[in-house]
Amino acid sequence: MHTPRKYPAAQVLRALVSWLTGLLVFFPILWTGMTAFKTELQAIATPALLVWTPTLDNFAEVQRRTDYLLYAENSLITSVGSTLIGLLLAAPAAYSMAFFQNARTKDLLVWMLSTKMLPAVGVLVPIYVLYQTFGLLDTRLGLTIIFTLSNLPIMVWMLYSYFKEIPREILEAARMDGAGLYQEFRHVLLPLGVGGLASTALLCLVLSWNEAFWSLNLSAARAGTLASLIASFSSPEGLFWSKLSAASMMAAAPIIVFGWFCQKQLVQGLTFGAVK
Amino acid sequence: MAYLQLNAIEKYFGDNRAIKGVNLTIEKGEFIVFVGPSGCGKSTLLRLIAGLEVIDGGNLVLDGRDITHLPSSKRDLAMVFQSYALYPHMTVFDNLSFALKLAGTDPQVLRSKVERAAEILNLTPYLERTPKQLSGGQRQRVAIGRAIVRAPKVFLFDEPLSNLDAALRVQTRVEIARLHRELGATTIYVTHDQVEAMTLADRVVVLRDGNIEQVGTPLELYDRPANRFVAQFIGTPQMNVVPVEELPELAGTVGVHAGSLGLRPEHVAMAEDGQGALPATVELVEALGNETLVYARLASGSQLVCKQNARTRARVGDRVGLRLDAGHVHIFDTAGQACAR
Amino acid sequence: MALPATVNDATAGAAHATPPAPGAAARRPASRLLPRLLLAPAVTSLLLWMIVPLAMTIYFSLVRYNLMQPGAHPFIGLRNFEFFVTDGAFVPAVMNTLMLLGSVIAITVVAGIGLALLINDPFPGQAVVRILLISPFFVMPSVNALMWKNMMMHPIYGVLAQLMRAVGLTPIDWLASYPLLAITLMIAWQWLPFACLIFITALQSMDREQLEAARMDGATYLQQVRYLYLPHLARPAAVVIMIEMIFLMSVFAEIFTTTGGGPGYASTNVAFLIFSQALLNFDVGVASAGGLFAVLLANIAAVFLIRMIGKNLES
Repeated sequence: MHTPRKYPAAQVLRALVSWLTGLLVFFPILWTGMTAFKTELQAIATPALLVWTPTLDNFAEVQRRTDYLLYAENSLITSVGSTLIGLLLAAPAAYSMAFFQNARTKDLLVWMLSTKMLPAVGVLVPIYVLYQTFGLLDTRLGLTIIFTLSNLPIMVWMLYSYFKEIPREILEAARMDGAGLYQEFRHVLLPLGVGGLASTALLCLVLSWNEAFWSLNLSAARAGTLASLIASFSSPEGLFWSKLSAASMMAAAPIIVFGWFCQKQLVQGLTFGAVK
Repeated sequence: MAYLQLNAIEKYFGDNRAIKGVNLTIEKGEFIVFVGPSGCGKSTLLRLIAGLEVIDGGNLVLDGRDITHLPSSKRDLAMVFQSYALYPHMTVFDNLSFALKLAGTDPQVLRSKVERAAEILNLTPYLERTPKQLSGGQRQRVAIGRAIVRAPKVFLFDEPLSNLDAALRVQTRVEIARLHRELGATTIYVTHDQVEAMTLADRVVVLRDGNIEQVGTPLELYDRPANRFVAQFIGTPQMNVVPVEELPELAGTVGVHAGSLGLRPEHVAMAEDGQGALPATVELVEALGNETLVYARLASGSQLVCKQNARTRARVGDRVGLRLDAGHVHIFDTAGQACAR
Repeated sequence: MALPATVNDATAGAAHATPPAPGAAARRPASRLLPRLLLAPAVTSLLLWMIVPLAMTIYFSLVRYNLMQPGAHPFIGLRNFEFFVTDGAFVPAVMNTLMLLGSVIAITVVAGIGLALLINDPFPGQAVVRILLISPFFVMPSVNALMWKNMMMHPIYGVLAQLMRAVGLTPIDWLASYPLLAITLMIAWQWLPFACLIFITALQSMDREQLEAARMDGATYLQQVRYLYLPHLARPAAVVIMIEMIFLMSVFAEIFTTTGGGPGYASTNVAFLIFSQALLNFDVGVASAGGLFAVLLANIAAVFLIRMIGKNLES
């Protein structure tokens, strides 16, 4: 029997409420994005303008006043750098724990995660002193190191949970086929684990890009990242609404758009495989 | 000298002694089956031979070379895994040729070897597919092919048929037997299915709790089990084993006073009640068409299974008589070891 | 840096991976060494990352060390701790930390489950709504804070103020009058998407047949939620709580950017208090004592977490 598709009232209502909630949650970003294309006067108009002629002046102004591109470069270099180093450290460890599991593996994993729970402020002073001693203050290298270390536990966990999904028999089959450690890695583990490695890298990129505590405290004009640049606008003297919005968008938009494309891997990765 | 030699092999998992000093010699070209209940250590023993687990004691000699601590990749053995463990990201061709590629085989030779193996296993049309696009039986054949292509010193099979449905299992079993006949390769095959063990093996190794209970040809195990465990593990339905006290007459005939007596179901015949036979009550009748199994309980409490080819009119609750074939009685002492008659 | 209590376990774990078996060959096959070699770089760097700063923090916390008063650093025992704990900001900071943690987790879990149930079934534009919902998670904390501070909550130009005026109410200066609430809202907004997406993912693995059986049994939607959906979401909820605790223990950028901990100490949490001791008052000693206190706090939380993880990651 063929019945025409129907939308019962309850379902229509549900869709409407869903849409409204979605828009409501997204609204602050939308509004900031809109303000970025207004002039300062339009930005503070009451009631708020909903129709106006967009301008790109703010973006140019932000770059002129704050050297946005330098900060963007710093953000890019430190987050990509820490992601790569992090993968190099985390992947072998995760491999070891996933495929040579023993009674202590879980303790080790929990210990690693516990290092992540420690508030960064707890060791801010010594890190600051150490960085000063070794000349790492306000350097990209210094930030890269700290981002790597603070993301490392999460990366190990994520990779561990992805690697654990790979049947160990496949690796054993490769060993039986005569594959040494490198070949096993190159021909089997890497192709099979590439999804997990990618998700882990993505999350690490996002976390490093957004990190503000260490970049605020350990860097300034030379190695500062976008997150610290924006945070320093807390009292916007001379930099008003629309320019602030433009700066915010320039800092956040790349990662938001990036996040749209990889939302699923990112969020699922963060659950350490505990939610399927 | 033996081709593959296991000398006092030991394996510990933590404090648990999983393999307890196993000794075994295997000749070149033999088809050996490890069989036993789950947890008996048969898979562990296979994995120790494969080098997938570390051997904690004893040594392993293959073709005159000590391979106890050699990594798997250098042992020149091939294994067919229960889950097939095909490389999901490679085509059938690449799966089959992976080992040769790693060994640096000439591409021409590699291609011809893979194509020959594919032909033997009827995989030629599927060479460019990935494992995901294959049926269970085809995957199984790829897994076997992967081993054949390499012409290894020993083939290892770890319960290779347990993921197949019943019909395919019989078919593949026949195929494995044919392959072994044609290739003559030394093979160690792990299974918990005694029918596979009986049909495939040159010699069967029965394991329990990390120990070898008995090694022998299938019929040796069937006809002369070394102990009560083997007697009851091999053969379906199980051998009837009854304490001597319950069968005084039979015990008298064979001259035993302690322990227990074993009789395979086909050596128990049914007769009319009375007539000098052992009286029993029918509890269950399983008519399988070609044979009939009757489960009957003696007055003394034990249940005996009787297997006969003729059909029966016996019904549950009927009183029947059982005739026991004294010529085929197995005698076990109180420790369960078989005694000579 | 990490919890000192678990260090011994971890190192011991590396040392006794496989108990030596009696009668085992004295020589160690490569396959036993390999796992440790692979683990070593990550474990070593984390150990250093934990031990070195922690040791320094302990040392600093026991001496008089103010960047404004150059000279020797005399040992002063537990004076720094005493100072930190008796500081007027201490009690509010601890309370604020816990309040923030508790309310954000409560809001995101409850609202996340609600939203997940709402958009679980397909409807036109579901994919777009998902993208809208997930976006806040990727906004960097400092932008998040500025956005709410200026665009949304500003008493004159903010959207909320304009809305309130439109309906005839007096606008509220959120960050001045209800600073902790305002910060809680920002952070909850940021973490709601995360919770929501995890619950959506979990709902997709619901057993269809179980739901159909329940419907055959005559269960209403609410009964299905109560007896099928919620129990199914318990495990993901634990994961959400765990992850959020890890990240929210040390909320900093939002407070730094919006209220600066004020007014008074109304929105100062422990992290911010230590920061202000160290970099605003230049008192390294007191800040280190505070840092150790934060470590202690984290340890307490970790005990709960580890229990939870133990249960939830068992599979």
